Amino acid sequence: MDFDDTKDEAAFRAKARDFLSANAEAKADAKRNMATGWNKDEALAAARSWQAKKFDAGFAGLTMPTEYGGQGLSPIMQVIYAQEESNYVVPRGVYEIGLGMCIPTMFAYAVEEQKQRYAKPALRGEEIWCQLFSEPAAGSDLAGLRTRAERDGDADDADWVLNGQKIWTSGAQFSDYAILVARSDFDVPKHKGLTFFFLSMTSPGIEVRPIKQISGAANFNEVYFTDVRIPDGQRLGAVGEGWKVSLTTLMNERFAVGIAPAPDFDEIFDLVRETELEDGPALDNAVVRDRLADWYVRQQGLKNAHFRAMTALSQGGTPGPESSINKVVSAAKYQDISFFGMEMQDMAGIITDPEIAAMDGLFQTGALSSPGYRIAGGTDEILRNIIAERVLGLPQDVRVDKEGTFRDLPTGRD
Amino acid sequence: MNFEFNDDQRMLRDQARRFLLDKSPPEVVRETLEGAQSHDQGLWRQFAEMGWLGAAIPEEYGGSGLGHLELCVLAEELGRSLAPTPFASSIYLGAEALLTAGSEAQKQNYLPGIATGEAIWCLALSEGPRPATEKNLTASVSNGKLSGEKLPVADGDIADRAIVMAKDGGAAGLYIVDLTAAGVTRTTLETVDPTRSQAKLVFQDAAVEKLGDEGWPLLRRIEDRAAVPVAFEQVGGAQMALEMAKEYALGRFAFGRPIAGYQAIKHRLADMYIQIELARSNCYYGAWALSRDAAELPVAAATARVSATEAFNFAAKENIQIHGGMGFTWEFNCHLYYRRSRLLALSLGSQRAWKDRLIRALERRNAA
Repeated sequence: MDFDDTKDEAAFRAKARDFLSANAEAKADAKRNMATGWNKDEALAAARSWQAKKFDAGFAGLTMPTEYGGQGLSPIMQVIYAQEESNYVVPRGVYEIGLGMCIPTMFAYAVEEQKQRYAKPALRGEEIWCQLFSEPAAGSDLAGLRTRAERDGDADDADWVLNGQKIWTSGAQFSDYAILVARSDFDVPKHKGLTFFFLSMTSPGIEVRPIKQISGAANFNEVYFTDVRIPDGQRLGAVGEGWKVSLTTLMNERFAVGIAPAPDFDEIFDLVRETELEDGPALDNAVVRDRLADWYVRQQGLKNAHFRAMTALSQGGTPGPESSINKVVSAAKYQDISFFGMEMQDMAGIITDPEIAAMDGLFQTGALSSPGYRIAGGTDEILRNIIAERVLGLPQDVRVDKEGTFRDLPTGRD
Repeated sequence: MNFEFNDDQRMLRDQARRFLLDKSPPEVVRETLEGAQSHDQGLWRQFAEMGWLGAAIPEEYGGSGLGHLELCVLAEELGRSLAPTPFASSIYLGAEALLTAGSEAQKQNYLPGIATGEAIWCLALSEGPRPATEKNLTASVSNGKLSGEKLPVADGDIADRAIVMAKDGGAAGLYIVDLTAAGVTRTTLETVDPTRSQAKLVFQDAAVEKLGDEGWPLLRRIEDRAAVPVAFEQVGGAQMALEMAKEYALGRFAFGRPIAGYQAIKHRLADMYIQIELARSNCYYGAWALSRDAAELPVAAATARVSATEAFNFAAKENIQIHGGMGFTWEFNCHLYYRRSRLLALSLGSQRAWKDRLIRALERRNAA
């Protein structure tokens, strides 16, 4: 056992470090709680210019084929770059979905000219992509979606007309393109009536409305479609095979959805060390120490599981269970630590004003943001099902929605 | 990055698993549980012949000199199989204490006997139902003679020598005592897990030999070294409990289908898996730190220990729950793992104490 890079890995890491230190601010030198407002024009401009810089320096699309502007490297290099980049304050959250989920789906299903047309502008950050999947009545049960895609006429290559609504779409407000799955046939079983497309977000008939979250931020949107036309050439996969295409996208989501943000152990440990309780320093309090130990072993467990996954990647294998346990563990820890950080501030723990609250209100922000992490990208419950079924090989739930037509499935209490 | 056991180590794991499946099945464990034997002497001899006992003992002292990573590989399998032997006492504690603090003469004298299995060693620290601390330590040495009581002492009734924590004047220190010599009385104790024997040792002017120069700090170093393989035993036991629960849930039908299809059961098994993977990953880091004698060992060992205790506690109790009433019977093997989880959770000190120790180690690292 060792933590050493191979020769190639070490050379790549050094190159990444050189690039980052010359072009980004190290986290250690930056103010801790850097809020990154998604809707702000300057944040978007910063994200665009950072992505272009990465592309020009050869750090965009690391694992993507070189003929489409990628670097053609192995997944381990992606992990190494991400490790190095995590030490720097760089704009995040604008390109992850497009490059992590949409473009890989395009690689799997789009025709050659489309790959040539769309991959490079996405990698350079000139075109932003979003993913139109969830609907008000189709979240964990994605295949229950009801947005309707109908042919305009009987021709084999007739356009499609889209009507319906998507929800929880990150970045829809500034995206140029989207991938989308819709129902093209209501009279076949649920999973067989779906068809997959990509479309321009400037198509007539699309309306994007932000959703205000409990944290006050608006990272997600509702997207409404009224008679939106999609050329048949923008269909990905066969008619009725949309579920299969969606699974390709979702496989990538398991790798794209990352670990929950701060506060983590380091932040709560810092807070505890500067807190005085009724009976003396908080760090001397047995209850506090017990909780700290729980969070430390979880944080380290994920970190060390990540090293195991990296080893598998480095040796040409696939990552182990890490990707499925990561979010379940880190999202719950994020919420618990946020609550405990508020506890440490006692009666004043309710104050969100960054001028007053400890660490600029990091724990209060965490308390209001963390519920979303237990839901987005696979709820706690869905992820446990995935572990149970795909890792442990346990049977699926008994399903009452696999037979009969979608139209006849019950949809509500009445 | 190579954070995985290598091919040779994985081969050792496969060999050990096959061997233990054959030679230490639940029937053998039950012979010890039901009092037919204090430990399995045949198994012990074969461990010695295969070089397992001396895995982490250098060749110059009669060991096979494989290393501590290999010791951890074996530990996981021993935990999985519940092998009723004094491996932890004699190897993780006895041999490691000698390697850590023994004089050259002591290593030459004692380690070869441990490696061949002829001599069984143990550690005597606790003096009753309370945490063992430097303050409440009462066993004392005066003019080279030890007096006092120690309980429980794992394998104290079958060991040849004990390393005993005692005070000489005001200073705590570790002493080697020949348990077969005059001045030692031993009684076997009844415990929650009779598959590893425990004793009360009473010393009355027993002759001693000093081990190392420090007292408590040395004890802590030895415990850190032992905590890593013990954590591997815990992970091995937890993994087995998960597999038992899964197999049972797949075969047990209720309301017309296997209970493994119900989310209440699936999510419980997923939680067992999550805890085991976190603990296993922390154990790997502990193994790395142990094998390199790294400065991170106190933090790494406590981290592995705390998460492995949590994982085995959870897996062992939920294994019984998933088995339902049958899991609570003497006939089913669930209780063997439940007992062992309780024993290992306390054998090097409680979870509360180890969590505190972990935070102490982090404070020290932070101050440095």
